[in-house]
Amino acid sequence: MTTASTSSVDARLATLLLKDELTERLHLEADLLDEQRFDEWLELLDDDVTYTMPLRLNVHHSDADRASTKEGDVSWFEDDLSTLRMRVEQLATGEHWAEEPRSRVSHLVSNIRLLSVAPNPMAPEMVEVGCRFLVYRNRVADETDIWVGRRTDTWRADTQGHWRLLRRHLLLDQGVLMAKNLTVLF
Amino acid sequence: MTDSVDPLMVDPDNGIISREIFVSQDVFDTELEQIFARAWLFIGHESQIPEPGDFFNSRMGTESVLLTRDSEGEIHVLLNSCRHRGMKVCRYDEGNTHDFVCPYHGWSYSTDGTLVSVAGELFGVPHYRAGYDRKLDRSQWGLIPTAQMVNHHGLIFATWDPDTPSFDEYTGGFRFWLDNLAANTAGERGRVKALRGVQKWRIKANWKFVSENFLGDNYHGPTSHSSVDAVGLGPGGKEAPTRHGDNKKPRSIGSTSFFDLGHGGVTTAGYAWGYPEFEDENMTTYFQQRWQQREQRLEAEDRPIGGLGPSTMFPSMSLHAGAFPRALIVAHPVGPTETEVWRWFLVDDDLPEDIESWLRRWYLRYSGPAGLVEQDDMENWDYATDASTGTIARRYPYNYQLGLGMASPSEVLDDAVESSYLMTEENARNYYRRWAALMSGASWAEIDQARGGK
Repeated sequence: MTTASTSSVDARLATLLLKDELTERLHLEADLLDEQRFDEWLELLDDDVTYTMPLRLNVHHSDADRASTKEGDVSWFEDDLSTLRMRVEQLATGEHWAEEPRSRVSHLVSNIRLLSVAPNPMAPEMVEVGCRFLVYRNRVADETDIWVGRRTDTWRADTQGHWRLLRRHLLLDQGVLMAKNLTVLF
Repeated sequence: MTDSVDPLMVDPDNGIISREIFVSQDVFDTELEQIFARAWLFIGHESQIPEPGDFFNSRMGTESVLLTRDSEGEIHVLLNSCRHRGMKVCRYDEGNTHDFVCPYHGWSYSTDGTLVSVAGELFGVPHYRAGYDRKLDRSQWGLIPTAQMVNHHGLIFATWDPDTPSFDEYTGGFRFWLDNLAANTAGERGRVKALRGVQKWRIKANWKFVSENFLGDNYHGPTSHSSVDAVGLGPGGKEAPTRHGDNKKPRSIGSTSFFDLGHGGVTTAGYAWGYPEFEDENMTTYFQQRWQQREQRLEAEDRPIGGLGPSTMFPSMSLHAGAFPRALIVAHPVGPTETEVWRWFLVDDDLPEDIESWLRRWYLRYSGPAGLVEQDDMENWDYATDASTGTIARRYPYNYQLGLGMASPSEVLDDAVESSYLMTEENARNYYRRWAALMSGASWAEIDQARGGK
């Protein structure tokens, strides 16, 4: 075996392990959210986190770059750590009527792919991860919502080497939102 | 559908309103005919269609309409339904085009005034020569235009009814609330723009719950929104824990309603609250200057200083008229227990980028389905509607007696009353008085006569 192919196998193994590590992260996150362990979920976030979900628009297909709203436009979410904390604190007041009683929520995460790794898989510091989400909410009696879409995350390793969410961009596959509110975290 | 509703369903004088009007299919169908086909309705903001050929797909009642700007720069509102077989000629939310080509049989409608005599007129008809022997009178088969349209400092309104009183007559003194919505924080009208993107979402509530909420329901705030003040959502952050920031002056000292017109707002025309105290001192300084400019301008132009705050223009457009926040919401009826809500956000057209960005982020965490404030409203509207659909529940009317007999004529406006206490249902009582007048099926002339021909 040549050195080149050895390093190639090593790189592929490193990528595989990295993907497993990030997949585990996404699944942990889903569990924390669905088990309403929101404070622990906040700990997974980088201090500089951005969390965005644009509106989707019907435009001519040749105008595809206008099919979602952009930075500076109206969106569903344009959050940072302080506003995400507010959402969690509001849930904890016990007077946030839209989530009191709490909804039953399940996050399903699939189609996980590593989109980019910087600087390299052997010593990763920043990883872009793409996936699909399916979030199911059942509330009070018969109220049910299903949200499906695409998520592009950037995870950054902190000084201890733990992955923290730096950027989450969510594309929800709905033009008119068919739910009365968006009290869940995606 | 019935032509009119039983007047006993609504008794504003005694503060009693039947639940039927919130859940009945018959009442809903009559509303489409007597209210949505006759009232002035909000269509969109001029800044959404800045260039010739621009269009925005809007809605009036349950129907899709196109807000367009033609090659001469004129604005039109057209029913989005082909005259041949009814297909939507446009299913895009926005864009730029000079014609709408129906994807069904290919009839095309031009908004280019150089090709047709009236924008929206039928232009292209496949097989016009061989199939119609050129006998089809294209001038008679254009897209249906609204009967009246008005551009109020950038806010576009329209009505299907040629007999509806003029926009000025219809709005009365409420125009000062609309002026504030259309004015920048220095008080200059026509100097706001709509941020791109309209939030649209469905709720399982009767559309009137939305209107009532902004019309003058100061009563719900402390209970419905207790959770947001606890987390420091407002401009002042955690140190000034109200969702609007510390305005130095109370947000509201009374509310205003237009007894014959149905509109209402939670503040008065003669009272202006302060600008918020922001966490960032630079923003406080910026808005302090703008607020002073506003006061000077309004005084010079002899406009009342107030008319800020949440309000509703009858029947279905609600607004936050001041800049803190400044947004508008339209409750589009879908069915008696379902509504499609559209939310626009407006900002001064000349804000420094960082201030515009801050306001946008505050508006988004405040309003809309992901807004910390509005989320709890929707929970209440939906389950109030749901718990009013039952046979037993429908036997018992709602109570609207808060502040009954506690309103007096406004000293600033000649067509309005003001409540002596900031929490009142006077506005709702007058809203339903107007609602009942239209729902009776009376003509505009009869309605006008009943209010003394004012």
